[in-house]
Amino acid sequence: MTLLRWLLPWDFSVTVLTCCLAFVVLYARGVHASRQRGAAVPARWQQSIFYIGMLLIYIPLQTRYDYYAQHMFWMHRLQHFLLHDFASLLVALTFPWPMLGAGLPTAWHAPLRRVWQSAPVRALYAFVTQPLIAFTLFVGLIYLWLWPSVHFRAMLSLREYKCMNWSVAVDGLLFWALILDPRSKAEGAAMHMGPRIFLALATMVPETIIGAYLSLHHGVVYTVYEICGRLWPVDAVTDQQLGGLIVWIPASMMCSFAALIVMRRWVQHDALARSRAPMPAARAVAATMDLTALAGEP
Amino acid sequence: MTASTQRLASAQRIASVPRLASARLWALLLLACAAAGLAGCSGTQAGASAYHAQDISGIMPPLAFHLTGPGGRPITEQFLHGKVAIIYFGYTHCPDECPTTLARLSSTLRLLGPAANQVRVLFVSVDPQRDTPAVLAQYAHYFAPQVVGASGSDAELTAMTKRYRVAYRRDPPDAHGNYDVYHSSAVFVFDAEGRARLLVPDTETPPQLAEDLSSLAAG
Repeated sequence: MTLLRWLLPWDFSVTVLTCCLAFVVLYARGVHASRQRGAAVPARWQQSIFYIGMLLIYIPLQTRYDYYAQHMFWMHRLQHFLLHDFASLLVALTFPWPMLGAGLPTAWHAPLRRVWQSAPVRALYAFVTQPLIAFTLFVGLIYLWLWPSVHFRAMLSLREYKCMNWSVAVDGLLFWALILDPRSKAEGAAMHMGPRIFLALATMVPETIIGAYLSLHHGVVYTVYEICGRLWPVDAVTDQQLGGLIVWIPASMMCSFAALIVMRRWVQHDALARSRAPMPAARAVAATMDLTALAGEP
Repeated sequence: MTASTQRLASAQRIASVPRLASARLWALLLLACAAAGLAGCSGTQAGASAYHAQDISGIMPPLAFHLTGPGGRPITEQFLHGKVAIIYFGYTHCPDECPTTLARLSSTLRLLGPAANQVRVLFVSVDPQRDTPAVLAQYAHYFAPQVVGASGSDAELTAMTKRYRVAYRRDPPDAHGNYDVYHSSAVFVFDAEGRARLLVPDTETPPQLAEDLSSLAAG
């Protein structure tokens, strides 16, 4: 009964439920259909990561956790950490898009491909995947919703609150999908691996700045929690500092984690490209030695 | 790198120059829009507002509730229709915050004089077990004739607090049956048509609030 109380939605939203369910069902269908066709499917652990990621998007948006996030600043920051940095990263890490596509009914494939390849959609995709735009959106959303007057309104207006959570979740997915695309640029990714590492590391700087400011500041920046009531008696500054620490440490940690993954993939891609290229035996040996030297480096 | 790939790379570099420039332009434009939006937001919050209190017009839903009012009779937003309504959540056993806030509100009503008749204060108790209609009526009587006490079932209270995005929580009772209640400090003001208008901070003085209420009652 208590568990049910925890899992039942605090603010039921048909859109959230439909989107989360659609992602999970399409993915499961896609894996099933690909396996039947004899095509490659993601490994078990990859599938599990996808489902865990979706669950961690659903929980902060739809369970009673949302009530806590509305009334404690640090729980609100944890909610955004999950939506913007952690769960969306997990989902993007598994590169679920081919499976989601395969899960769509066959009759939808042709019309959807036409939409996907239409000029406005391509232009929008090209726009949001430009490094500078992706950076501005990702960091800008953190700063926008943490701007005191904007934050105040968002915590009072249900419409703005929903808009806030949706925007960080969608942008999180977009950003990590851009960074963690397993393909090289030649294979269709929007960015080269090197600039992606730089982009991921660059987002750490503004995140660290705002996180450090909130963790070290002694005045109350967000008064709305005081007005609307906290759920248990935590000092306003402590609440704010905890929230700041979440932005400062775990959120920027995810950026370096992503950068490490891209670095690893970059090395793998290079190795693969070298092994494919026809080369004399001596050069091949040199290349392998090169790689072991690289791998040996900390 | 062979000559052909070198040529390709330099061609890509040339092609990407205008793209990068336009990206910079767009990023700047995005930032400018955000800055303008932020300036707008802070503008309505501070100097530009006609009120001392925080203007919440359009961001919170209109007045609606189902509670139990004086004499144990059901009470809804209809009861407050045509009056400027002040809503405050608390409980009568509250040692400090509730009496202080209600005292501030009653001095405001005294300042308003006869115009106070256009105002009602609804004190919503989030502690229905101890705050029966009789207890609430006596408590409200200490403050001002315009103060009305009400409470309801947990479902009714949850519906109302959720609507106005405020929190409340009761601790489990101790051996003597005493328990703590956590509630918001929010003072909401609704106009005569039941639209949410102001959120009064606890730093606002009775004269300032009286001014706000008069201008709300005037139109």
